[in-house]
Amino acid sequence: MKHVQKFVAVALMCTAAAFAPVAAHAATPADTLIQAWAIDDVISLDPAEVFEFTASEVLGNSYQGLVGYNISNVSEIFGVIAEKWEVSEDGKTFTFTIRDGMKFESGNPITAEDAVYSLQRAIKLDKSPAFILTQFGFSADNVDAMIRKTGDMTFEFEMDKPYAPTLVLYCLTATVGFIVDSELVKSHEADGDFGYTWLKTGYAGSGAFAIREWRANEAIVLERNANYSGDAPAMARAIYRHIPETATQRLLLEQGDIDIARDVGAEEIDALSSNPDIVIDSGVKGSIYYFSLNQKNENLAKPQVRQAMKYLVDYATIADTIMKGKVIPHQAFLPRGFLGALEETPFSLNVEKAKELLAEAGLADGFSVTMDTRNTNEITAIAQAIQQTMALAGIKLELIPGDGQQTLTKYRARNHDIYIGRWGPDYQDPHTNADTFARNPDNSDEAASKPLAWRNAWDIPEMTKKADAAVLEADAATRAQIYIDLQKEHQETSPFVIMFQEIEVVARRKNVEGFIVGPSFNDNSFKAVTK
Amino acid sequence: MSARSVLAEGRASALPALLGRTLRLSATVAFTILGLLVVTFLIGRVVPVDPVLAVVGDRASKSTYDRAFVELGLDRPLYVQFGLYVEKAVTGDFGESVLTKKPILDDLIRVFPATLELATVGIIIGTLFGVPVGVWAAVRQGKLVDQVVRILGLVGYSAPIFWLGLLGLLLFYAKWGLVAGPGRIDISYEYTFTRVTGLYLIDTAMQGQWGAFRNVVSHIALPASLLGYYSMAYIARMTRSFMLNELAQEYIVTARVKGVAEWRIIWVHALRNAAVPLVTVIALSYAGLLEGSVLTETVFAWPGLGQYLTNSLQNADMNAVLGGTLVIGIIFVGLNLLSDFLYTLLDPRVRRRS
Repeated sequence: MKHVQKFVAVALMCTAAAFAPVAAHAATPADTLIQAWAIDDVISLDPAEVFEFTASEVLGNSYQGLVGYNISNVSEIFGVIAEKWEVSEDGKTFTFTIRDGMKFESGNPITAEDAVYSLQRAIKLDKSPAFILTQFGFSADNVDAMIRKTGDMTFEFEMDKPYAPTLVLYCLTATVGFIVDSELVKSHEADGDFGYTWLKTGYAGSGAFAIREWRANEAIVLERNANYSGDAPAMARAIYRHIPETATQRLLLEQGDIDIARDVGAEEIDALSSNPDIVIDSGVKGSIYYFSLNQKNENLAKPQVRQAMKYLVDYATIADTIMKGKVIPHQAFLPRGFLGALEETPFSLNVEKAKELLAEAGLADGFSVTMDTRNTNEITAIAQAIQQTMALAGIKLELIPGDGQQTLTKYRARNHDIYIGRWGPDYQDPHTNADTFARNPDNSDEAASKPLAWRNAWDIPEMTKKADAAVLEADAATRAQIYIDLQKEHQETSPFVIMFQEIEVVARRKNVEGFIVGPSFNDNSFKAVTK
Repeated sequence: MSARSVLAEGRASALPALLGRTLRLSATVAFTILGLLVVTFLIGRVVPVDPVLAVVGDRASKSTYDRAFVELGLDRPLYVQFGLYVEKAVTGDFGESVLTKKPILDDLIRVFPATLELATVGIIIGTLFGVPVGVWAAVRQGKLVDQVVRILGLVGYSAPIFWLGLLGLLLFYAKWGLVAGPGRIDISYEYTFTRVTGLYLIDTAMQGQWGAFRNVVSHIALPASLLGYYSMAYIARMTRSFMLNELAQEYIVTARVKGVAEWRIIWVHALRNAAVPLVTVIALSYAGLLEGSVLTETVFAWPGLGQYLTNSLQNADMNAVLGGTLVIGIIFVGLNLLSDFLYTLLDPRVRRRS
């Protein structure tokens, strides 16, 4: 049967020949930063709508807001597009003055008109992050009167109450407060949509880089903005490639086909740390990992059970093994780096104490309960560790795995027993987390606002009042103290078992320097990257 | 049979038989696709995921949430939602993605060529190797070659493609540098050609960008070989069994007695007869690859249909899922028609019957 063998051999050779001309492993171009990241969360590039990690970071590098803060000391707030601001006597009105001589990437000058248009636009479009602005009493109907231009370079921002100035300014640093080029956006308006359809994939900013292209689930391409007012970035281009698989990212990084890998798991950190060409950078992020106990469940509603659960997590071991390098233990609702954050961690694994508490609650033999668990590796692994330690006190924890949207849908409907999840702050002010962990203005099923406290049916009229008062405290130090007291009370009594604070890890080639991992995703910056 | 129906039959045969066949065919196709849509739509609605959540996120205020709910048409009864969808789909409007607001058709035009290119190269490799290997194994039944082919086939069929993909990357890309890494093309070649068909191999070749063409080849080599290996395993097994069947027939003995050369007996007489069922096997394998292999696409960062559909499904983006399902349905129907057509070419009996 020689001919058969010959045929196979020829076929083999043909294929080999077709695939032969390969293999030139070029390093990435010297003026281009290439990052690998799972960018499938991007649904829009419009500042009025962006609320996802990846898009926030992209906007942080391509747009500018009125104000910003020092990422190593967030209490230091400075003007960016705004040169200065004044607060009226009654504390309700901010008057902002726009800095002279700044331009958008299009070449249009930045004026008060742009700032007023951007803020009004975000409020009228009313997309997901709009509440960050509307919480100051704005609505589509009143915003034209409340945020008003008073000169070419000045405008007023009038709120319904004298909110703490820090709260207002921190909210304006969020992506929803970024200033868009009103002339450019207006030229793309269709049917009174404020240019929304266009800006979803377009660009109208003034940041260090301009967004050139977004191909969903493929790449985002940015180019240096020649009209940027700050120091010109060293990189002419910055590209995000969508690489969903962490092991693939690691291979690409080790081969030098990318400069920075953005999704690095505990395993990859371990493996990459021995590679002399790779450097691991990290920064504390605002996200916290917690699980929460639905107070509609009669066992979980007992104060002793809530307390016992906090002693049934092996915080230290989880942080040192499963989540090594990715989290630090943290047990209060304000993450480190926030005004008034409480860094004490009073709880550790203590089975005896937990058993005593359960006996006090009349559950000496334990009980059965379910936990809705998002089917990601990390959350599943943490949940399994908790399952084991709970078993030590006789609590039979059943894990119900589900897709992220699925567990969330159930959580939002208050149909869970225990939910394990991660919560990231929406803006840099302490109110962002106090608002959801420590406020529940209406615990009824039809409540208009459904914060995390509501989702766990935790009725707290007194604590809600305290959290509300903190929002109106003008003095920053007094305000910080209110939050510390609030967290201490919350730590002892709440149905939230707060466990860890996230650390964001990036792995970069040794020659790539200047990438900054900031506390929130729009603080992550590659403006100063050199290679 | 009544006189009337005889008359009708006579007239039908007088008219071009093709017309009747085409009508019957279109009815089948339309019905199949409608059924597909109904099932997909229902499954999509039964899944306990709130589609509004995917759009507005977890933090939106109640007013934002309610507005999105109405905008998505979720306040209307199910059958109205479905009716509206089908009505539009018939006119070629698959609606917009719930998430990105981009027209689904644009998205599909973007992702499908990536999958088409990968699957086509994959099936070519699979056929090119699968058929001769299968023939070889059949001819050498029970010998070493047969065993080796069987083991290779089993591995290809049973090893997780995800794992094989990572292993392949580790060896051929990271260790030996024989092929390029994940993705369809290197950044440096990205803007050297314009996308016409979306099939990079064809686009770069037509525009004479041979550097880019080589780069695309080196990117597609590994994932396509992997899919090729996967389909080869199946094609080889089927070829072997079809060939064994043919080789045991009497006409083969006759041919041998007549002194026909052995290679002619195998490649012309036996393979030609085995080719008819083989076409179906290859067409179905091809259709399977065209659905988009989610795992392969994930490992190789290949922006294709599989990833697109999975992502849409997870976000309850029903328009996108329905659009993708429609494409897959059309592929299956189309490939079935194609293999029917190939039958008539290969088998004179079928030709005569029609």
